[in-house]
Amino acid sequence: MPNRRVNIDRVFHALGDPTRRAIVEKLSKGPISVSQLAKPFEITLAAVVQHLQILVESGLVHTEKVGRVRTCGIEPAGLSVAQQWIDERRSTWEERFDRLGDLLAESDEK
Amino acid sequence: MENRSVTHSTFVIERSYPATPERVFDAFADPAKKRRWYAETKNHDVEEFEMDFRVGGSDRARYRFREGSPFKGVALVNHTTYQDIQPNRRIVIAYTMAMGDKPFSASQATFELLPTDKGTNLIFTEQGAFFEGADGPQMREAGWRHLLEQLAKEFAR
Repeated sequence: MPNRRVNIDRVFHALGDPTRRAIVEKLSKGPISVSQLAKPFEITLAAVVQHLQILVESGLVHTEKVGRVRTCGIEPAGLSVAQQWIDERRSTWEERFDRLGDLLAESDEK
Repeated sequence: MENRSVTHSTFVIERSYPATPERVFDAFADPAKKRRWYAETKNHDVEEFEMDFRVGGSDRARYRFREGSPFKGVALVNHTTYQDIQPNRRIVIAYTMAMGDKPFSASQATFELLPTDKGTNLIFTEQGAFFEGADGPQMREAGWRHLLEQLAKEFAR
């Protein structure tokens, strides 16, 4: 379990920055070269590379160099949509059962 | 790159209600009551809610996500079939969730109502299958956006 805790802290650190969150959102649409990634953000290429390094360390993003082009993309083993779905299923039902409790308590008062 | 993997998940939720099993069961059987706790949330509008509460009967619900939701404007369709109904004791359902017309998960769920001196213990067990990638990149992208928004809220505290 300790390893997982470290990862979560790194992910939170990685995603604690709004530029990095925006980078992750952009990458969620598909892999892209680093230079293309830098374009919409009004920061230097060097700054983007620094952000990417933190994202790579967190396990959310991976990069690879093919020839002269470095491409980056979402690491599928990172925060997965599947895990998110699992959490969301449970919380959807928890909220429903909360509301059921409210409904039952309400009818009781009449 | 399409990922055709299926994720399976089983979980249990237990609740205690200060109400008789008959009243709890009624909240499942009566469409007006069921709609209020099952379907109505602040995240979406309920466009459709049909119930046919009998073994072999099907319920259908369609929700439209509101402003502020990462799935704003999208329709979420929930189709449920009743597998077993034991009045005041047990309900077993099988249901699917779909984004528009694309199902992305199928689940089996059981509601057990156990009488106690305080009222009722409700034990809910769900076994679900999520077809990751069934809706391809769109689902994944929306999933990420949702996640990032949740995180942004955390950091804004």
